[in-house]
Amino acid sequence: MREFLGTGVSPGVGVGPVRVMTGSVPVPPVEPFTGDRVAETARALAALEEVAQELESRATAAGGETHDVLAAQALMARDPDLAGEVTVGVSAGLSAARAVYESFGFYRELLGGAGAYISARVADLDDVRDRTVARLMAHEERGLPESGEPYVLITQDLAPADLALLDPAHCVAFVTEEGGPIGHTAILARAMGIPAIVACPGALEVPVGARVLADGASGRLIVDPEPAQIDKARAAEKARAEAVGSATGPGGTKDGHAVPLLANVGGPKDIASALEHGAEGVGLFRSEYLFLDEAVPPGEAEQIAAYRAVLEAFPRVVVRVLDAGADKPLSFLPPAGVEPNPALGERGLRLLRRHPDVLEGQLRALAKAAEGFPPDRLRVMAPMVTDAEEAKMFTDKCREAGIQQAGIMIEVPAAAVRAHDIAEEVDFFSLGTNDLAQYVFAVDRQVSSLTRLQDPWRPALLDLMAHAARAATDAGKGCGVCGEAAADPVMACVLAGLGVTSLSMSSPSLPLVRAALAAHTLAECQEAARAARAARTARDARAAARAALPALETLGL
Amino acid sequence: MAERHVRVESLVGLHSRPAAEFVKAAALAPMDVTIGRFADTPVNAKSILGVLALDARTGEQLKLCAEGDGAEEVLDSLVTLFTEPNA
Repeated sequence: MREFLGTGVSPGVGVGPVRVMTGSVPVPPVEPFTGDRVAETARALAALEEVAQELESRATAAGGETHDVLAAQALMARDPDLAGEVTVGVSAGLSAARAVYESFGFYRELLGGAGAYISARVADLDDVRDRTVARLMAHEERGLPESGEPYVLITQDLAPADLALLDPAHCVAFVTEEGGPIGHTAILARAMGIPAIVACPGALEVPVGARVLADGASGRLIVDPEPAQIDKARAAEKARAEAVGSATGPGGTKDGHAVPLLANVGGPKDIASALEHGAEGVGLFRSEYLFLDEAVPPGEAEQIAAYRAVLEAFPRVVVRVLDAGADKPLSFLPPAGVEPNPALGERGLRLLRRHPDVLEGQLRALAKAAEGFPPDRLRVMAPMVTDAEEAKMFTDKCREAGIQQAGIMIEVPAAAVRAHDIAEEVDFFSLGTNDLAQYVFAVDRQVSSLTRLQDPWRPALLDLMAHAARAATDAGKGCGVCGEAAADPVMACVLAGLGVTSLSMSSPSLPLVRAALAAHTLAECQEAARAARAARTARDARAAARAALPALETLGL
Repeated sequence: MAERHVRVESLVGLHSRPAAEFVKAAALAPMDVTIGRFADTPVNAKSILGVLALDARTGEQLKLCAEGDGAEEVLDSLVTLFTEPNA
């Protein structure tokens, strides 16, 4: 029995024989075309139009989010500038297939150089190219397998247009070697309710026809599963659903050690979901989301209204002051100039130091919004703080504005290493695990080929978090976590064991984390944290932590 | 030459659905329509790939241009795509 591990992106269990995509599209050769160029151009443009029509009909059949993705792809196939490039290519002596291939290549480069959101659409563009080239070369287009029985699809990557054709009654799960949790494929799989695993290296080694079990929650792909394993996976799926349904009340361990469970929000619109999932407060209010579409600093009254709405809903609210720069530019907070590496440039507090009036204005608005509430209801924190000097500057400004609770995010490794210095200057820490991982592993968050290095289970990150949490505890200050890592129920137990005092995450993740914490004692969480830190790799750390947390099994985790 | 200035209001910038809606509307115009930043060479407003490559972010100011009969009306209707909330 072999087993592969990927990233589970759409929970559920699928069991069946392996099927793979049919066909593959070759790169058209560069050889001079000697036939009728006018006819060849017409052939190229006709193929693009056929692909556009095919994508449109799939879009209409799919509806929902899938519709939008496929309709945008059809628009790409009909792009007049692209058609112009293709015409020029054929006139210059290229075959239709080669001209199409090169024209897409030109736009591929253009989009790949744009921002992260746009460059993520390159996969959609490649799919349109491959479909067109396949038609022109009379080559079989990549397509879904035919199967008389329900199957598990294993593929390199799955284009949204193919995913749209998947029938959950036939395809009981799919596994891709590439892709990531924020790709279109992962998002659409969740929307369609098909269990899915992405970024699963080695999966294509499984022979066609072999029986496999794909677990879209744990990311495990098991070849030739024993009946007992299948029963276990299905029971786990059921247990997980029940645990989520029954876990209520404040967050804490089995033996009563409180770990408040908080929500990450972008504004008043997220309050309902946070309450529905039982958030005890807000651990990260991303204030920049309120103002992403503003050309001038937002007015005081407007800010106060937004802050008050959230403060009225919860007994504790941590607001992060405007975190602009890098991938979240705000037009009223411009950096000094073009930065070769924005993630290492003027962002967060660094940018606010350049615009002190904006920071002071926001702190004033926050203080006014908090008037009349208990003094510890509002807590304000600064992003991208490097050292104690910056922390003191921020705390001083908060105090001047009349804000009682001032903290900082620990995202810069230097701040984690010297957390004991900073703890003297602030009232609390919040570990921003995503950026802390980006900086400590020297991996750009936007580079999907390096996601394996971003794993929060890597012991170096666990050590840094432990160090910062310890410094906070020694100084008698709180240390929360507000990154993605807090949303992983196993990691949540480890974080509690490391001494983290609150966990903040996107609201839908709260119930499962609540259930995992409530099923273990603080001593078990501490042992899991110790075991994870004693490991040498992310995989071993996760396995060691799981082994120390006996109740995960009964929760189906 | 008719000209309009617009600001990108959509929270996702002139990307995904807002970009597709804009390009589809522009494609209906009988004449050439361009969109771009003030200082840069504009792109064909009927080209989704050109518009995506602009990578216009939320809050950015852009310039729309068209020439010929009905150009004013065409631009007026395109401008509404930028001013409608939640577009």
